[in-house]
Amino acid sequence: MSAEKPLKIDLNLFQTLVVKKWTVSLILTAVMLAIYYGYILVLAFHKETLATKVGETMTVGMIVGLVVILASWVMTGIYVAWANTTYDDLVKRIRGTLKE
Amino acid sequence: MNEFSSTIGQPNLTSILFFFVFICGTLGITYWAAKKSKSASQFYAAGRSVTGWQNGLALAGDYMSAASFLGIAGLVSLKGYDGLIYSIGFLVGWPIIMFLIAEPLRNLGKYTFADVVAYRLKQKPVRIAASVGSLMTVSFYLIAQMVGSGSLIKMVFGLQYETAIIIVGAVMISYVLFGGMLATTWVQIIKACLLLGGATVMVFIVLSKFDMNPVNLFAAATAKYGAKVLEPGGLVANPWDAVSLGLALMFGTAGLPHILMRFYTVPDAKAARKSVFYATGLIGYFYILTFIIGFGAMVLVGQDIITKMDKGGNMAALLLAEATGGTMFLGFIAAVAFATILAVVAGLTLAGATTLSHDLFVNVFRGGKSSEEEEVKVAKRATLFLGVLAVGLGIAFKGQNVAFMVGLAFAIAASANFPALLLSILWRKFSTFGAVASIATGTVLAVGLIIISPTVWVDVFKYPAAIFPLKNPAIISMFGAFFAGWLGSVLRPDLAEQERYEEQKIRNYLGVGAE
Repeated sequence: MSAEKPLKIDLNLFQTLVVKKWTVSLILTAVMLAIYYGYILVLAFHKETLATKVGETMTVGMIVGLVVILASWVMTGIYVAWANTTYDDLVKRIRGTLKE
Repeated sequence: MNEFSSTIGQPNLTSILFFFVFICGTLGITYWAAKKSKSASQFYAAGRSVTGWQNGLALAGDYMSAASFLGIAGLVSLKGYDGLIYSIGFLVGWPIIMFLIAEPLRNLGKYTFADVVAYRLKQKPVRIAASVGSLMTVSFYLIAQMVGSGSLIKMVFGLQYETAIIIVGAVMISYVLFGGMLATTWVQIIKACLLLGGATVMVFIVLSKFDMNPVNLFAAATAKYGAKVLEPGGLVANPWDAVSLGLALMFGTAGLPHILMRFYTVPDAKAARKSVFYATGLIGYFYILTFIIGFGAMVLVGQDIITKMDKGGNMAALLLAEATGGTMFLGFIAAVAFATILAVVAGLTLAGATTLSHDLFVNVFRGGKSSEEEEVKVAKRATLFLGVLAVGLGIAFKGQNVAFMVGLAFAIAASANFPALLLSILWRKFSTFGAVASIATGTVLAVGLIIISPTVWVDVFKYPAAIFPLKNPAIISMFGAFFAGWLGSVLRPDLAEQERYEEQKIRNYLGVGAE
């Protein structure tokens, strides 16, 4: 699998694309890790916090659990929204300048 | 709530009927798919014709096993809140797939994740190493599924264990052998719809007894079993255990070959990213449903009856189906559970067969030169071989404690597959030697440490104390694999491989030349 033709692209723009992509990806990964491990560490060291009552029956833990599930999904949504606009636009621009 | 005697374990007419319809329908689809599954790209990747939404459903179908449906509902029914902690662990790997893996995988690979790892490295050593990691992940996952399905079908339908395994094996082989990825994908989609639909109906019936307000259901649970059911219990006792298991689940999901393979069925990286979004939403929704089903079973069936049927609580969802919708609904949910097993083992077998034919036969044994006809022929033989092997292993492990195998599969996926995959995408200086060192270290550490961990050493071998203290080895084995990958690449760098990284980057980010 080697390049058949040398590709000429706008290298500066391409570098911007790569940096942007990994900035977004790594920030989102870090946030996801923080959310999940934040939850696990509270479970391990401060279980009582999650057992605190909210209203008559619900506990903080129930709400936090639901929030973690929703956050996982919302974050994939944020990535898709970003990639569908910013990322894809940049790719289109670079591919437009691409000469074979 | 009145006591009721369950008919679970007796042949159930509706169940057999539903199951018969499912089998006929899916075999019909297989027949249709068989006519289209002639080329390698059709056999392995459904001709890359699956849409983002369809693949999202199929990914969810691949991931929602009968074990997670029945097992997590059962865990919730007996332990309450702790079941939620468990399901969250299985969900959080999906965003990671999205952020780090899905698009590069789609742009760089052809049929397997080893395509990506070996992209600019030396084919033979990397493919052999990646195949070992891939096949071990698939095998342990498959054994756990087969043994679980045998016991489940025995318990639900009263069929003999061996008969159940052979039926599962035979139907699953027909899907994959004749219909390839196209049939497997549609089986997954149908199963995902049935499972999500059935669970939604069950939740609806349960909530209708509580004014459609889940809080009333939780209040009834605390009234019956005390406030502790809504509080975290003993699941996260040792923080290091929790951290290590969390790593295995988070990064292991991004290293499961049957999941990664699905990204080749969509036309491009954009569809790949969309499919992760849908899959994450569907799986999250599914875990919320199982949580409510677990509480429904706790309140409407009762923990005594659930544990009387099965100590682990695996029958909770089925008992609830019977309590809320009678034998008819029980039959439907039981048939859905059976369909779920079939779909999951089909996906695993296809992933294993693809590794054997595409990675090992074509790219190692034939040095990348093989006709498409021959490749498909080998893939079909590999399917048959793996299918028969799965049945054999399922029977051989009858009655054994295989619960650790899912954890082991995730640990190997997180240690052998994921680090090499990520490094090959991200790191220019990653070399062939580094890749092989990373995969070997990850595999050896994951397997070796789990043997001397409490999960196997104490639970299976019955020794009084474990040599390695953690139940899941990922914290050591995954970081060990990253370290070995770095060390190997520094010790034996390869400049030609680094040069080829430029071309890989263009294809990775722009999709230029993607299959």
